[in-house]
Amino acid sequence: MTNRTPQRMRRDGRAALIFLAPFLIIYCVFLIFPLFKAVFISFHDWELAGGYREWIGFFNYEDLWYDDYFWKALGNTMRFAAMAVPSMTILALLLALGLHGHGRVRAVLRSVFFSSSVFSVTVVTLVWQMVLSPDRGLIAPIFRSMGMEPINFLGSVEWAMPSLVIATLWWGVGLPMALFLAALGQIPDELYEAAELDHASRWSTLRYITLPGIRHTVLLVLVLQIVGQFQIFGQAQLMTKGGPANTTLTLVQYIYNTGFRDWQVGYATTIALALFVVMAGFSMLQLWLGRKGDDQ
Amino acid sequence: MRNRFSDRLIVVAVALFAVVWLIPVVWVLVMSFKPDEVLMRSTAGFLPVPFTIENYARVMTVAKVPNWLMHSVIVSFLMTFIVLVISSMAGYAFARLDFPFKRPLFVLVVAGLMVPEQAIFIPLHTMFADWGMHNTHTALITPRLAVPIGVFLMTQFFRSIPRELEEAARLDHASHATIFLRIMLPLSVPALTTLGLFTFIHGWNDYLWPLVSATSKDMYTVTVGLASIQGNFGQSEGLGTLMASAVFASAPIMLLFVIFQRFIVAGVAMSAGK
Repeated sequence: MTNRTPQRMRRDGRAALIFLAPFLIIYCVFLIFPLFKAVFISFHDWELAGGYREWIGFFNYEDLWYDDYFWKALGNTMRFAAMAVPSMTILALLLALGLHGHGRVRAVLRSVFFSSSVFSVTVVTLVWQMVLSPDRGLIAPIFRSMGMEPINFLGSVEWAMPSLVIATLWWGVGLPMALFLAALGQIPDELYEAAELDHASRWSTLRYITLPGIRHTVLLVLVLQIVGQFQIFGQAQLMTKGGPANTTLTLVQYIYNTGFRDWQVGYATTIALALFVVMAGFSMLQLWLGRKGDDQ
Repeated sequence: MRNRFSDRLIVVAVALFAVVWLIPVVWVLVMSFKPDEVLMRSTAGFLPVPFTIENYARVMTVAKVPNWLMHSVIVSFLMTFIVLVISSMAGYAFARLDFPFKRPLFVLVVAGLMVPEQAIFIPLHTMFADWGMHNTHTALITPRLAVPIGVFLMTQFFRSIPRELEEAARLDHASHATIFLRIMLPLSVPALTTLGLFTFIHGWNDYLWPLVSATSKDMYTVTVGLASIQGNFGQSEGLGTLMASAVFASAPIMLLFVIFQRFIVAGVAMSAGK
C-alpha cells in the first residue's frame, strides 16, 4: 500500500464503482431494504393478502411477550438445539478423528458421511419418516422380533423431538466433520512425532496435542451449529408438523404458520425479528471468537 | 505395531457405522424399483425383487417431477452463475482497489452474514407480491444473490494471491478489467468451483423461500414439489412412485457431488479460514 495516493484513490474509485455496483445494488434491494421493511411491517397489523394494514405501534411486541405459543416455540427450539448441537459436534469430532489421515478406505468413508448433506430437506425427511414408521419402517421389525409393540416415534411426545434430532444428525454431520478434518490437518506432524518419541499413549496424545490444537474449530463448530439449528424448519414442518401437541413446534415454523397459514404477516415478522436478535447475538460471538483466533 | 493395529480397528468400526449410515438410502433406492402392489403389503427387504422400472416411468410421464426438476436446474444454474460473477467482481474491488469508504463498505457486507433468511423472507414476500412477480424464476433467484459469503470468500482469496503476478500487467498499463479477467479469474478456478458448488447445492435444496414464493404447482422446484406429494404418504398408494421421485430428484445433485467431492472438502477447509 505504498502508492495510496489521492490520485490512485480517484482513479480506482471509478473502477471500484463498476466492480461493486452489481453486488451492492442487489445487496441493498434484497437484504438491507427488507431488513428495514421487516421493522416497518412489525409495527403494523398487516395481512398477507387483501392489503389490510394498520399502524399499531409496539402492539405486536407486547403481544409477543404474552404469547404462550411463542415461548413454547422458543423453548422447543432451544430444546432441539440443546440436543442437536452437542451430539452433532461430538459425532462429527469422533468421525473426523477416526477418518483423519491417508488411505483410500478413509477417503471413501469421509465421502459417505458427507454425502447425506447434499440431499434436500424433503428427501431427508421422507427417508426418515419411512425408517421410523411404526408399520412400514426399518426399526419396527426389530421391536417386533423382540416381542414388543413398535414405538410410533413421530407421534409420541417423548420420541418426536429426538427423532428430529437423529434425522438432523444424519443430514448435517458432513460439514462439521469436514471442518474438524481441516483443523486436524493443520496440526504439525512434529508434535505427533515428539509424542511418539515420548511413548505417549493414544489418550494423552489426544488430550494434550489433538484437542488443544483444534479448540478454535470446536468453538467455531459449536457457534455455527447453534445458529444453524436455531433455524430448524423443514424437519419439524415435514416430519411432525409441530406435533404431537405442539411439542416440536419450532420458531421458524411458528413464523411460517403465523404468516402464511393465518396471514398475520405483521405479527409473523415480529417473531422473525425476535429470532434475528437471538441469532445475531450468536453471530457476534462467532465474529468475536474468530478475531480472538486470528490474534494468536 | 500396536498403533497400526488399533488404527485399523478404528477404521473397521467406522466402516461398520458407515454401512448403518447408508442403510436408509439403499432401502429407499430398493423400494423405488419395487411395484407399488408389493410395497403395499410389505416394505421389508433389501433386494429389489420383484424388479420394476415402472415407478420411474410414472415419474417421467404422469407426475410433474421432470417439470419441477427443470425449474430447479434453471434456478440453481442461473443463481450460481450470477453469484460467481458478482461476488468475484466485488471481491476484486475489496482486495485490489483503493477507493473511498472501502472499509465501512466491507464491514457492511460482512455484517450481512448475520442476517438469517428467516428474518427477511416475509418482507421479501411482500415486495415480490407488490411487483406481481411471485411464481417466476426471477423471484426464486434474486433474493439468493444477496449473499455476502461469496464476496467475503472471494475477497479473502484474491488477497492471498501475490501481487507480483499482476505487476507486469500493471506496468503495461493494463486496465483493471484486463487484470481481473486475464489474471485473477484464471487463478481462482478452485475458489470459484467451491463457491459455485456450495451455491448450487444451497439453491437446489432451498426450501423456505420457494415454499412461499413458488406456490403454483407448475412453478414448484423439485424440493417443494417433493414436499407437496409427501402429504399422500399416509396412504400406501404410490409408495414406489414417491420413492422413485425422491431418487430422481436427488440424482443430479448426487452426481455433482461424486464428480466434485474433492473441491467440496477443500472448500470447507478454505472457508474455515485455514
